[in-house]
Amino acid sequence: MSHSEKASLFIQDAEKTQWHDETLWFVRKKRDLITKTIPEWEELRETASQIKDHVLDHLADYLEEFERNANKNGIQVHWAQNAEEHNRLVLDIIQSKQCQSIVKSKSILTEECHLNPFLEKNGVEVVDTDLGERIVQFLNQPPSHIVLPAIHLKKREISELFHEKLQTEKGNEDPYYLTQAARIHLREKFLNAKVAITGVNFAVAETGEFVVCTNEGNADMGVHLADVHIACMGIEKIIPRRKDLGVFMRILARSATGQPITNYSSHFRSPASGKEIHLILLDNGRSAQLKREKFRNSLKCIRCGACMNTCPIYRKSGGYSYDSTVPGPIGSILSPGTDLKKHSTLPFASTLCGSCSDVCPVKINIHEQLYEWRQEITKANPDRPKNLSMKLASGIFKSPLAYRISGTLMRKVIQALPNSILYHPLNSWGKQRDLPQVPKESFRDWYKNNRL
Amino acid sequence: MPEYKNIGLFIPCYIDQFYPQVGIASLELLEKLGCQVGFPLGQTCCGQPLANSGYERDTEGSSLHFIEQFQHFDYIVAPSGSCVLHIKEHFPASAKIHPSFPEIKDKIFELTEFLTDILKVAIQGKFPHRVGYHASCHGLRGLRLGASSELNIADFNKSKQLLSQLEGLDWVELDRKDECCGFGGTFAVSEEALSVQMGNDRLRDHTSHQVEIITGGDVSCLMHLEGIAKRQHEKLKFMHIAEILNQAIS
Repeated sequence: MSHSEKASLFIQDAEKTQWHDETLWFVRKKRDLITKTIPEWEELRETASQIKDHVLDHLADYLEEFERNANKNGIQVHWAQNAEEHNRLVLDIIQSKQCQSIVKSKSILTEECHLNPFLEKNGVEVVDTDLGERIVQFLNQPPSHIVLPAIHLKKREISELFHEKLQTEKGNEDPYYLTQAARIHLREKFLNAKVAITGVNFAVAETGEFVVCTNEGNADMGVHLADVHIACMGIEKIIPRRKDLGVFMRILARSATGQPITNYSSHFRSPASGKEIHLILLDNGRSAQLKREKFRNSLKCIRCGACMNTCPIYRKSGGYSYDSTVPGPIGSILSPGTDLKKHSTLPFASTLCGSCSDVCPVKINIHEQLYEWRQEITKANPDRPKNLSMKLASGIFKSPLAYRISGTLMRKVIQALPNSILYHPLNSWGKQRDLPQVPKESFRDWYKNNRL
Repeated sequence: MPEYKNIGLFIPCYIDQFYPQVGIASLELLEKLGCQVGFPLGQTCCGQPLANSGYERDTEGSSLHFIEQFQHFDYIVAPSGSCVLHIKEHFPASAKIHPSFPEIKDKIFELTEFLTDILKVAIQGKFPHRVGYHASCHGLRGLRLGASSELNIADFNKSKQLLSQLEGLDWVELDRKDECCGFGGTFAVSEEALSVQMGNDRLRDHTSHQVEIITGGDVSCLMHLEGIAKRQHEKLKFMHIAEILNQAIS
């Protein structure tokens, strides 16, 4: 299904569409308020952008530096070229510990690799410990937003779900009550897991350490109770120096949720005695994206989700309308690089309004890349009737005579047609909109009659 | 006032065909402000509909034609932020290497920025109405005709700068001052449901603030919003900013 078909279905529930739009707009407004308390905000964005550009220019060097330093710290570093290799590595580690049940904190990268179904197929129980992720996991759904995974669900739906899964009181929608029930449920899972998986927000080449940011502390709880910590990161998450963290920690949470900083920003450098830290560096198409000159800087993304919160398309069509692990504007420029055919409608699911690029804390020119993907998609997926009509339009626009004739003809035809034909269902402009009143003469005709 | 004798008026195709009154207002307004304006009769379309649909490669002919039509003017002015942005940024590489292109890029202006940045004239006139302003995204975030709400920069808005000089004009502050209306060219048709939903939401922001007239710098956005409003029998009026300024000054 195309994005527009999915969006139309989402919009059918008018009340929920409005609620979804307003909820995410509220997050965008929180972001606006807090960023405007930082006088140097635009400088911070520029600095973050330059650091990331620099990293992309020297990615191989920084990755090797990181690996050397991480090894020195006692972290076991693994490399995975694709999702399959990544999942196999994770499973091998889990099986070597004879572990049947693991906990995992939020990681969009493991969603990208479809790690959960793979581990489950191999007899490992996976428990997502981020509250929103646990909720969508109960529903067998992927996250609909990269920072707010269950943002498409209302309290009532969560209350019903928890009643079924956690035996909470029927009809009790109190967020505190529901959260407490989830805590009790998760506590038991934490205590029994020997292996904990986390994502990675930033990895520092200079020190070989990495940082995980959460609001619920679930990453720390999982990692500290387990014997083995597996951290999964995309190769683009590297930053050169520890002092660069100061830039990124200041922009991440402010852009994501309008908080000054995430509640927990945990630095991992060396395993505690008797424990292990494994870190998997995943490529999975990132090197290919790096080679695409026009699209490489999409790899600067720090996964704050601000472009989703600001995007009117995302707000009014929901995360699932994108059918892509990372939805929204950034997803629409990342996903075509992995599967052009499947995601071919995403770059068109935009008005090119540019709000995503202005809100982006690392200054990715998202809307310009959407435009560039459109050019690539029409080349790669030839749509013959459309190609032909574009060639025709191109012929008309370069010839003043053809332009005048077709313009006059169009106005005459619109004037002559009865409304039953003019507003035929095939005219999607006219389903819910009137056409402009057609004037007798064009501006050009007026000009000739009045000025020449 | 310095003399501006050689100004080329670019009237985008859909304005030429459907909204001649906006072309007339732009021309009359510039003339009232002391400009001598020429309108090359051979002009057609800038090519934006093709390029935004992913067919930039098919716009070489129309782009080169545009350059030929307008290269001899000192300034090029158009009552559309969107088309001006397209010409500056999205001409195909084969047209961008035309020797006149760099100059074209520097001398083409959207109407309001031409008034505030080049003519720098004081506007005297009267327009006693409650006006809601729709910021077109291409004008706002593309040409930077105002400060977009995402950025932490000093607030400014070139349309407001002009309209606030008119006696009696009541500028309405909206809840979401620069959210997209959902037009987006072919998006309006290919994502019809979303496009109309977005348009509806924008209209509600204006009507809930008792706006009488919605104005803006891009007729395309206004055409979309007006189409929805008319279908719903809303009593809103729509005027391009050139129409308001031209009417107010006379």
